[in-house]
Amino acid sequence: MSTETKKEKMAERPARGGRATFVEALRQGIWEEMERDPSVFIIGEDVGLYGGAFKVTDGLIDEFGEGRCVDTPISEAAIVGAACGAALMGMRPVAEFQFIDFISPGFDMLVNYAAKCRYRWGAGLPTVFRGPCGAGVHAGPFHSVNAESFFANTAGLKIVEPSTAYDAKGLIKAAIRDPDPVLYFEHKKLYRLPRLREEIPEDDYVVEIGKARVAREGRDLSIITFGAQVLNALDAAEELDREGVSVEVIDLRTIAPMDKSAIISSVKKTSKVLILHEASRTGGIGGEIAATIAEEAFEWLDAPVVRVAAIDTPVPYSPPLEEYHLPQIKDVVNAGRKLAAY
Amino acid sequence: MATKTETKRKNAGKNKAARDGDGNGNRRGANNGNLIAEKSVEAAITTSIDDAVDEKPQATAAAAAQAIEEVATASVNADGEMICQLETSLTRDQMLELYRYLKLTRLVEERLVNLYRQTKVVGGVFRSLGQEATAVGTAYALQQGDFIAPLIRDLGAVLVKGIRARDIFAQYMAKAWGPSGGRDLNIHFGDMTKGFIGPISHLGDMIPVMTGIALGARMQGKNLVAVAYIGDGGMSTGAFHEGLNFAAVQRLPLIIIAEHNWYAYSTPTSKQTAVKNLADKAAGYGIPGHIVDGNDVVACYETMKRVVEFARGGGGAAIIEAKTYRRKGHAEHDDQRYLPAGELEEWERKDPLDRFERHLISQKAATREEMDKIVADVEREIDEDVAWAESSPMPEPKQAAYNVFDNTIVPPALRPPVLGGE
Ligand SMILES: Cc1ncc(C[n+]2csc(CCOP(=O)(O)OP(=O)(O)O)c2C)c(N)n1
Ligand SMILES: [Mg+2]
Repeated sequence: MSTETKKEKMAERPARGGRATFVEALRQGIWEEMERDPSVFIIGEDVGLYGGAFKVTDGLIDEFGEGRCVDTPISEAAIVGAACGAALMGMRPVAEFQFIDFISPGFDMLVNYAAKCRYRWGAGLPTVFRGPCGAGVHAGPFHSVNAESFFANTAGLKIVEPSTAYDAKGLIKAAIRDPDPVLYFEHKKLYRLPRLREEIPEDDYVVEIGKARVAREGRDLSIITFGAQVLNALDAAEELDREGVSVEVIDLRTIAPMDKSAIISSVKKTSKVLILHEASRTGGIGGEIAATIAEEAFEWLDAPVVRVAAIDTPVPYSPPLEEYHLPQIKDVVNAGRKLAAY
Repeated sequence: MATKTETKRKNAGKNKAARDGDGNGNRRGANNGNLIAEKSVEAAITTSIDDAVDEKPQATAAAAAQAIEEVATASVNADGEMICQLETSLTRDQMLELYRYLKLTRLVEERLVNLYRQTKVVGGVFRSLGQEATAVGTAYALQQGDFIAPLIRDLGAVLVKGIRARDIFAQYMAKAWGPSGGRDLNIHFGDMTKGFIGPISHLGDMIPVMTGIALGARMQGKNLVAVAYIGDGGMSTGAFHEGLNFAAVQRLPLIIIAEHNWYAYSTPTSKQTAVKNLADKAAGYGIPGHIVDGNDVVACYETMKRVVEFARGGGGAAIIEAKTYRRKGHAEHDDQRYLPAGELEEWERKDPLDRFERHLISQKAATREEMDKIVADVEREIDEDVAWAESSPMPEPKQAAYNVFDNTIVPPALRPPVLGGE
C-alpha cells in the first residue's frame, strides 16, 4: 500500500507583502517568522498536512517539515503545556486551537502555568496561542465564542485581536517575538472577507502590542471596539455621519494590556463614548473600559458611557436567534443617535 | 533479541490481558471469563490485526481493512463476498428492523446533504457513511431505560433510541419546531424519556457526564447502562480519561464505544495514540476491552449485547472498539487530501449496508422485494419528515433571550434599552 496521499502539489511560498486578505497576511507573518527564526514552530490539531481547519498554516509543512509543524492529538491541555515546556527550552511555539471554543480544555495550563511563570520564577514564556473566534456564521454555541474576557482577569496573558490584514500580519509577528504569552484571536468572519483585502508592505514590519489605532477620526462621539466589530462600528459611523453625527472609531487591537491613553484621549476629544463588543455584555471587557473612563476621564464626559454587546446568552445557532443575540449595525446606530442627542 | 514469533506471542498475551482487563490482578476473573473464552470473531480479528501490523511500527487503516477481510472470509456468501457474523440470537424480524435503521440512517444523511446543497441546512453536515453499522448495531442491543451519549457520527444510534428523523431535519434546518428550538445544531439536544443525552462539540466531555448518569442511576436503584460513543481522536482528551477512570474505580456500568475510523479530521490514529488498538487502553483502566468489526452490524450487536449483560450484571465499565472507516471527509467541505491513495476504495468494498444486504439474502432472512419495500417505506417516512420540518417556521428572534435560566426566577436576557429609552 503506497503511503502517498492525494495531495500532490506543494504549497507555494506566500508573497512578501502585496495585496492580501486577512488570512493571507496572517500566514505571511507566520511564514516569515519561521524563516527568520529557526526556534519558531507551529503546533496544534490538523495544522500540518491539512494546513489547519481554516488553512491558516497551509503549506508550512512543505516548507519547514514535520519537525516544525507538529500535529497533535486532540489534547488542548497538552498543546498548551508542551508549548510552555518547549518555550522554556528556548523555542517559540505558535499553538493553534481549531476553534477558540476549544481553548477551554487548555484553560488550566494557560491561566495557571503559562500566565504565572515569569512572576513566580522569572521564566518568561515566548508563546503564542491563536485560533478562530467569534460568531455570526451560524456555527452554534460551541464554535462561536469570544473568549477575551475569560482571560482578561488573569494577569500574565497578553490578548490581541486584529481587524485588518495589515494588523493581522504585524500583530502575529509582534506576538511571536514577544517574550511573554500572547493570546491571538482571529475573528473567523474576517479571514477571507473581500473588504479586508489590502496592500500590505513588503518590509518586515510589526504592530506593537498594547497600541490601539484610530480607525476613523470624529468629533461627536467615540466608539471603542476591536475585532470584527470594528467593521460594524465603521458602517454605523458612516450612517451616523449622514445624520450629522461625527463618529470616531478606536480599534483597540490589544485587549490586554489595554491602551488606556488612546481611550482617554479620544474621550477628551468627543466626550461621549459607546463601547462595542461581540461577547456577552455582563462581565465583558466593556465594563473594564467603562470603569477606566469613569476613573480617569470622568470630568470630560457629557453623557453616560453606553455599552452595545451581545445579550447574556450562549450564541444560538438559528439565524434569527443569532441576529438577536449579536450586536447589529442598527443597534450601534440607534445607540449612537441617542448618545449624540443626550 | 526476540524472534518475530516470540514478539508476536508476547503481543498476543498482552492483548489478551488488555481484553481481560487483567492488568491489575484477577478481580474480574469470574465475570469476565465467559466474555473472553468465546471463540468469537472479535478475538480472531484482534489476533489477525496484530499479525497485520506487527511488521509495521504503526497500524494503518489499510492493514485493518485487510485484517478484517481475512477474518471475515469465515463468513462469505456463495460468490465469496463478505457477509456478517453467522452466530446470532437475532430473529428474522429483528434483522429486518436492523436493516431498516441502517437504511434510515444513510438515507436521512443523504437527504441532509441535499438540503445542505439547497442551503436549507444552515450549519455543516457530518456523515457517518461507512460507519452506520457500529452505531445501529450497538444501540440496538440496549433496553429502553438505557442511556446513550452519541457523537456526530452516531445518528444511527439516535434513531434506534427512538428519536424521529423529523426532529433531526428540523434541528439541521435551525427551525422553531426542532427540539432545541433553533438554539443548537444537528444532534445537540436530548430526550431523557428516550435515554438520549445529546453531545456538545467538546470531545470527551460526555464521558464524565455518562459516568454521572450511571452514578445517579445506581443511587436511585436503577439497573441501567450508560453508553458513550467516542472517536479515536476524542479518546486523547483529558475529559475522556478522567470520566472513564472514575467510572472504572466506581465499577459503574459505563460502556465506551470507541469508533476507530482511522482519522480525527485529518489526523491519522497513529498520531493520536501509540497503542495498536483503542481497546488496548482498557488495560490502563483495569477494565475489559473488546474489538469488533464495526462494519458488521450483527457482530456489533452481539458483542454489545454481551458487554451490556456484563455491565448490567455489576461487572463495571468496558470499552468496545469498533474498527470501521470514515468514508467522507470530516464534514462536507473537507477535500480529504491527507488520505493515502487507494484507501477509500478499499473501504468502499466493505460497505456495511451492502454487506448486510448480502447477508440477509444469503441467510434467506430477507428477499430483495422485502428489502425494497423497507427502503420504500423509509423513503416515504423521510419525505413526510422533511415536509414537516420545512413547514416549521424559523424561531422568533426574541426567543434567543429565553431559557438561560428558569425564567420564573430570572427574567429573560432581552436586549437592554439604551440610556433608559426603548
Ligand atoms: C476538545 C475538542 N478539541 C477540538 C475539537 C475539534 N474537532 C471536532 S471533530 C474533531 C476530530 C474528531 O475525531 P474523532 O474523535 O476521531 O471522531 P470522528 O470525527 O472520526 O468521528 C476535532 C479535532 C473538538 N470538537 N473538541
Ligand atoms: Mg475518528
